[in-house]
Formats: sequence, C-alpha cells, structure tokens
Amino acid sequence: MRRSTSFSPMNKNPGLPAATRLSLRDQDARIAWLLLAPSLIVIAGVTIWPIISTFILSFLDAPTGINQTRTFIGFTNYLTMLGDQVFWETIGRTMHFTLVSVGLELILGLAIAQLIHSHPPGWQFLRFSLIIPWAVPTIVNGAMWRWIYSADFGALNGLLMQLGLIKHYVAWLSMPDMAMNLVILADMWHTMPFVALILQSALATLPEELNEAAMMDGANAFQRFLYVRLPLLRPAILVALIVRTVEAFRVFDIVYIITSGGPAFRTITISYLTYLNSFAYGKQGIGAALSFLISIFTILMAFVYIRILYRPEESQ
Amino acid sequence: MPSRKLINKLFLFLLTIPVLLFIFLPLLWLFNASLSTQVELFSVPPHWFPQHPILQNYLDIFFPSQAASSVPRTYAVSLLNSIKVASAVTVICLVIGSFAAYALVRIPFGFNRRIQLGILGTRMIPEISLVLPLFIIASSLHLINKPIVLILTYMSFALPFAIWMMAAFFQTVPIELEDAARIDGCNRLGILFRVVIPISVPGLISTAMFVFLLAWDEFFYALIFTNTLAAKTVPVAIAEFVGRYAVNITGMMAGGILAAVPPVVLALIFQRYIVSGLTAGAVKG
Amino acid sequence: MRTIHKISLLALALIVLAGMIGCAPKPAASGPVTIHILTMDQAGLKPAEIDQIARDFEAQNPDIKVSMEYLGYDFVHDKIVTGMAANPPAYDAVLIDVIWPDEFIKAGYLLDVTDRVTPEMKAGIFPASWNGVTRNGKIYGMPWLMDVKYFMYNKDILAQAGITAPPTTWEELADQAQIIKDQGLAEFPITWSWNQKEGVTCDFAVLLFGNGGAFVDADGKPAFNNDKGVEILTWMKQTLDDGLSNPSAISSDEMAVEADFLAGKSAFAVNWLFQYSDSNDASKSQIVGQAAFAPMPVFEAGRAAGIEGSSVDGSSSFGVMATTPYADQTWKFLTYLSSNEVQTKYSAEMLPIWTADFEGDDLVKLEAANPSNPVTVPAFLGQFPYANERPTVAYYNEASAALQLAIQEALTGTKSPQQALDEAAAKWIELAGQ
Repeated sequence: MRRSTSFSPMNKNPGLPAATRLSLRDQDARIAWLLLAPSLIVIAGVTIWPIISTFILSFLDAPTGINQTRTFIGFTNYLTMLGDQVFWETIGRTMHFTLVSVGLELILGLAIAQLIHSHPPGWQFLRFSLIIPWAVPTIVNGAMWRWIYSADFGALNGLLMQLGLIKHYVAWLSMPDMAMNLVILADMWHTMPFVALILQSALATLPEELNEAAMMDGANAFQRFLYVRLPLLRPAILVALIVRTVEAFRVFDIVYIITSGGPAFRTITISYLTYLNSFAYGKQGIGAALSFLISIFTILMAFVYIRILYRPEESQ
Repeated sequence: MPSRKLINKLFLFLLTIPVLLFIFLPLLWLFNASLSTQVELFSVPPHWFPQHPILQNYLDIFFPSQAASSVPRTYAVSLLNSIKVASAVTVICLVIGSFAAYALVRIPFGFNRRIQLGILGTRMIPEISLVLPLFIIASSLHLINKPIVLILTYMSFALPFAIWMMAAFFQTVPIELEDAARIDGCNRLGILFRVVIPISVPGLISTAMFVFLLAWDEFFYALIFTNTLAAKTVPVAIAEFVGRYAVNITGMMAGGILAAVPPVVLALIFQRYIVSGLTAGAVKG
Repeated sequence: MRTIHKISLLALALIVLAGMIGCAPKPAASGPVTIHILTMDQAGLKPAEIDQIARDFEAQNPDIKVSMEYLGYDFVHDKIVTGMAANPPAYDAVLIDVIWPDEFIKAGYLLDVTDRVTPEMKAGIFPASWNGVTRNGKIYGMPWLMDVKYFMYNKDILAQAGITAPPTTWEELADQAQIIKDQGLAEFPITWSWNQKEGVTCDFAVLLFGNGGAFVDADGKPAFNNDKGVEILTWMKQTLDDGLSNPSAISSDEMAVEADFLAGKSAFAVNWLFQYSDSNDASKSQIVGQAAFAPMPVFEAGRAAGIEGSSVDGSSSFGVMATTPYADQTWKFLTYLSSNEVQTKYSAEMLPIWTADFEGDDLVKLEAANPSNPVTVPAFLGQFPYANERPTVAYYNEASAALQLAIQEALTGTKSPQQALDEAAAKWIELAGQ
C-alpha cells in the first residue's frame, strides 16, 4: 500500500553482483542526469525561478503599469497585509472552506468507498458514476451550481418548494452564514467522488484474511471497519487528506465563478484576495506577499506529507 | 440467515440512491437548461424537463449565426485551443517525465531521493504563488496570449505530477527483467524503451489521462495569460458566459455540457486505468 | 564540487529554457495591419452590430483589419491590466469605463490623443462625454456610449395594484411596494444589483446623491459616512427587512436584476438602459410592453434640499493603448466607430453621443428610428442631466471594493450602517495617503 501511494526508496533489490554495479555507476550517474535534465530544466524555469521571484517581489512596492518603478520596501507588504482586517477574515474563511470541505469529503468519501466495497446491487454502476463529477471541469461545475442556487429561478429552491420544505424562495447566496457552505457543497460534488474512488481502490487492495479473521472472532461490521480496515487505510487517507488540504487551501476557481467572494467577503479565500490585489487593485507586491504565505503553508504541508510517508520506511 | 443477508443488501442498495441522486440531479438540471429557451428557463416553478426542448444553444456553438452572441460564436475556437494545449502538455509530460521518472527510480546516482522529494515539493506549490513572476517573464518574452505560454506554465503542476505517477508505475516493473536485458547488452535507454515502457503501457495511459484532465480543467493560468481567441481555452470561455449583462444561461449550460463531454468520455473509456492510477496514488483536485 | 555542478546545471537549464521559449516568431509587418479592440458585450451595440461596423470600416480601409474581442463587463478591467503587460499589447484599444481613466493614466496605459481630436468632434459630442476622458486638460479617449441608471417599473403590476402614478420619492416607492406586496402581486416588488461588485456602488450612488449626500466633501475627504449616507444604507437594509427589496439583491448583478424584471417578478427595478429593449424582446421577456420609465426617485429630505433628480453616470469610451504600434490605424477606427454617421445609423440600438442628434429634425428622426426610441430618448434626456460621477481617483477599484464590503456588511446585518461606512471611509483615507 505504501508503495502504491508514494515514491518508494529505490533499488532495495540489487539484481546484479556488486562489482558490476560499481563499474556502471559513473556512467549511470551521467545517464541519470541526462535523463533528468529536460524535466529539471522545465521545473527550474516554471516553478523554482518563479517562486524565488515571488519571494523577491514580496519585498517590493510593485504597482501594475508600464511606467511604474519598483522600489524595495522591506517588510512593508507583509506588515500591511498582517495589519489588514480583511486579511484575517480571509484566513478564517479559507480555513472554514478547507476544514469543512476536506473533513466532509473524507467522511463521506470513506462511507461511499465502504459502500461500494460491500458490493450492493449496482455497485459497478455507482463506481462508474463517481467518475463523472470528477471529470467535469471545475468551472463547469461552478457555473452549474451557481445556477442551481439562483434565488429566483434555481433548482434548489424549486426542489425544496415542491417537496414542501420551504414556503418561500430563499436567496441562498445572499445569506452570510450559508454562502460558504454552499460553495463547499458545490466543491464537494466535484471532489468528494474522487476521494471515494481513491479510498475504494485502496480498500480493494487490502487483504481479506484479516477481515475474515476478525469476523470469526465475532467482530460486527462496524467494528471490523473501525479496527481492521481503517488502520490499514491510514496511508491512503493521509495522502488524500494532505493533498486535498493543500488544494482546498488555495481554492480559487469555484469561488470566482459562484460568488466572487460575496456576500460581504463571506466566501473570500486567500487565493481570491491575492488575485484581487494583483490584478484588480494593481498591488503586485501585496499579491506576492500573500501568495508567498500560501506557499509557506503548502510547503509545510508537503513537509508533513513527506514525514508521514517516508519516516516509517527509513526505520525499516 | 439468507433473508438477513437480503435485507442487508437491500439496505445497502437503498444507501446508493442518495449518492446517485447527488451525482445526477445537478447534471440533469445542467442538461435541462442547455435544452431550454431563455423564457422557459425563467419559469417558476422550474420545468424539470423542458416542455419545448430546443437544440439552438448547441447549434449556435457549432453553426454560429450573426444573431448569436459572441461567446457561442467563439466557443468552438476555445474548444480547439483546449484540445491543442492539453494534448501538447500530455505529450511533453509523458516524454520528458518518463525519462526523469526512470532515472529517479532505477538509476542510483546519489541524488535520487533528494530530487524526488524536491519534485514532490514543487507539486505542492500553488499556481497563485507562481503566477506573477511567470506573468512578468511571459510578457517580457512576448508569450502572453499564445497557446505556448499555457503549455509551458501548465508544466508547473503537470510535470511533477506525471513524474510522480510514472515513478510509481516504473517501480512495479520487476528489476530482474532489466537485469536480463542488460546482460543481453541493452544500455539504459535500451532498457527504458524495450523493457520498462512496454511493460508500463497501462501506467502511461493512466498518466496521460490524468495529465490531460488536469490541463483541460485548468482555469487560473488561462484566465491570466490569455486575452483573445488566439489562446483562450474552454474554462475561460465558460466563465465568460457567466457574469454578463446580456445573460445567456442556456448557452452557458450548452457550453458546459460540451466542455464536460471530452473529459467525461475519456475518463469513462479509460475507467480501468483510472483505478490503476488511483492505486498508484494519483490525486487530481 | 557537487554544489557547483548543480548550480551550473540550473543556470544552463534557465538559459536553455529562455532560449527555447524566447524564439517565438514575430509576425512580419507586411500586408494589412490587424488591430485588436477589447469591448464589453453588455450595454450599447450588440457584438453583431459592432462586427458589421468593423466590416464596413475594413471595406473603406483595405490596409486595416479589425479584430473585436467581446467580454462581460466584470472581465474587462483585469483583461486590460494583463493585456497591457504584453508587448506589443494584447489590444490596441480598449473600452474604458468612466471609473477607470485615472488608474489607467497613472499606469501609463493610455495614449494622449488631445492633438488628434478635431474641433468638430470637440464641439459635436456632449461635453459630459469629453469630461469623462479628460484629465488635466489632456484627452485620453474617444467617447463611445452614454449611459445612466434608470428607474423602470412594470405598468401592469402597478395598474393591478390600483397605483396610478409611479413613485417620485423613495419613501413613496416603499409605500407602493408595500401595497403591491400586500396584494400578492409580487413577493419582493423591488429588485436591485447589490452584489459585491461595482453594481452596488452605482445603486448606492443613485440613492446617496438623491438624499443630498456625496462620496467626498469639498476637501476630497470621504463624506458618504455622514448622516445622509447612513440614512440611505439604513433605508436599504429596512427595505430588505420589510421584504420590499428582493433578498437576492445581495447576490444579484445587473443581469440578475434584468432576469427578475423580465420574468415579471418585480414591479420596480433600477438598471442600465439595455434592460428596456430587452424587456420588449419576446425571446427573453415575459413582460413585453409592460416596462416603463419614470424619473429616478429621490428621498424626501433630498427633495426638501432642492434635489430634483439623481442617477449615476455609466458612460464609457475607447482608449488607444500607449504602447500600440498602430496608434494611427486604431484612432482612425475609433473615430469611425464614434462618428456621427455611424452612431446615427445605429441609433436604433444605442443613443448617439452627438448633441445634434437630439435637436430639431434630427431628434424627430432619432425618435422614429425604432419602436423603443420614442420612449428611451425622452427618458435619456430627462435622466442624463442628473447623472452623478463616482470619485475620479487612481485607486478607485480598491476604494469602491471597500465601500461594497461596507454596504454588504450592513445589509447582511454583520455591522451597523454607521460602523461599516466609517470603516470604509477610513480605508479611503488610507488609500489616499498611499
């Protein structure tokens, strides 16, 4: 399982005599660099260099414009950012989005994965269906839900009204406490099926023997899930958790399309605030400071990720 | 005992229904809107199935007339741009990514682990942190608003992802096969092309599909780096349907269906490979 | 040793990458020149009509090709900013909303066209339009479209409610809305574009000036947070609480207002001119023939202070990009686009910017140009003199965003109107100091 969710340490299995390998080593190293070169060049150009530039940019006063000069202003951008109430609210909203969406995705994803794994009638169709929302582009997903939530003509109001659950049409996206949860729901339609698919394929690789042994011992279905499968699923869950957390923390598309941050910035996320500063307000220095902050968070997450996935193997 | 099993099955089956409803009801609404007229779409309560279904919204896209608003008229061009960009990204990632992945998992040269972790790290860096410098570089190189800028910038997330995934697949190729080939006189490249790649074809297909979908889905770079039809991709075209005064929701929904068809069909055809990709740890957001 | 190896590899990588992507071919400058124009697909002429104008222009000028790019309003500003980072710029000319010139001039985007404007243009086009593109005596654009926010109502709903005349004050509007609501003719009789975009700033401006208020005082300090501003924000919130204004307003833009009004769901709407002709288009509207204009109401306090009318200017112009290599060709096209000849020809879809069209025989002709004009021309002439400007500052976008946030915080009950507006005012002062 671990191998299937990560890079594994390589070549634990030397197939050739040590002497042969040694003689090949120098030649091999050259070939390795040669094979890696194109990818490293591209990654250096489109990732490493830009992230360094972003860091530098975050210390500059960098207004947009073709005749503007950039001046070094030290930590001013960071201080401005940290002193802005909107920034802190944005952090809060972003955390709301991240925690609720990732949490629900994992819980529901796990439940659906287990449901498929139990092979109810039509489980193949269910698994097949889960692929569809995942493959629908995020922007289409956002546009679709925006229309579903439409206060005056949307499907959500129509459905709830016909079911008798509401008496009047509700302006869902005007409700400050509701808007973010609705964005989360829309995001979940796209991402939760995929988490379910990951966990389901992880479940499928688990050995059945343990489960059967537990059944013999008289464990009920829930106990078997909790004590047998869940611990074995831990690596897959952690991968899904971390990757989804990183992605949720930097969410942009779906917010941009459904609410543009409203009402009253109740659905603003840090990526959207960065976008506003960089392109709408013409403050690229602040934009860089904000985006660098997102990087720090994601790099921390990456660090956690690596620790969790690689440490046990090192100790082997 | 059998009856209890039956009840169990029935219970589980009932549980699948809300999941299926959650998946398909929004799609039904999307499809319904794409077949409706503007007036019918604005009816209260909503018509769950259009009483006068029309194909006009689709026809506007494929056979644009003068009367149609500009977005449907230009939508077909965006579709082509998307196909172009996503295909190029997929091919480049597969070619250079497979070299890198092979070197990382099968040629010990002292830095394997560090570079692997580095690549994993770059995969985590969000687009928004890279966009400003990329934008400045791209504009000084006169690349803004050209498909090549999207192909290059999409590498920032697609290439680490492809390397990561292919490394996991190459890892499963038995090393004995490589050794046998080496004894037969194959060099490293020979082993890669004659042994590893042929065995990993399912993995490569899986990687290709995931990368294609990633590139097809991408919105943020496309929003920033493209201005005109010369490079605009489908997600941007869809977004432009939204937020217009001359509202065209039916057209937007038709466009949405068309934008979703290629990735959905691709994913369903290669369903088997998705599962193998997932087992290899692919996670597309 | 290894570190050096790595560094040199990285350097090599960067050089190769730069070389790889730096050799993109540049178009040769032979044959006809193509100019790219960015405009909005919203108010004014429809894309098909502008395309037709471009084809006519190309027929007369075989050495110039015109490529039009149409976007929703919300996209235009950011696309200009990103498009100007390319060299040559992605666009040779762009549509400029009345609130953008200061920012774009500061950023160096706009070409000074003062010397290119002929006396005929200067004398023939409405002075208000020139004011919109003139800063410190220099002209930075070609006027294109004059628009203001209008007050529209649904005649049939008012008639059914037994209301004989549309309201002239906002207080009267609330009373009429209550009658309509009580009779069940409309659940939420008034619809607005109060979402967190420029639309809410526009509606706020309409109300603010109609209450005798202003965005800034004589010293340029924020004044929208004084009693007059707080009163109208309180009033806005009250109409939501009373169910008179549609609660969807908080998430509605102008297109949602139109959708509501055209579906017959609202009795009153504040919107730009395009809503009227759309309301008579059976392919979009369920209220064909029912829409009517009335002068924008004011508040009783404003009326007492001598305010007769109020609206907000939503005009737009075209600016030539400072870095375009084709300034002459672009200017030629823009002057054609805004020429009296073209504007008169298309006066059925868009009201001309030339004063002569609104005088004497030409006025008769203009009103006869299409079925809408006998209604829209007098409405325009009645409303345009009361069009107020939003602040003309380079940081307008961010200032307006702060105001939008404040208004929404008050409307959603997160903060009191006074507190919210005070915070926005503090932000304006901070922005002005930067």
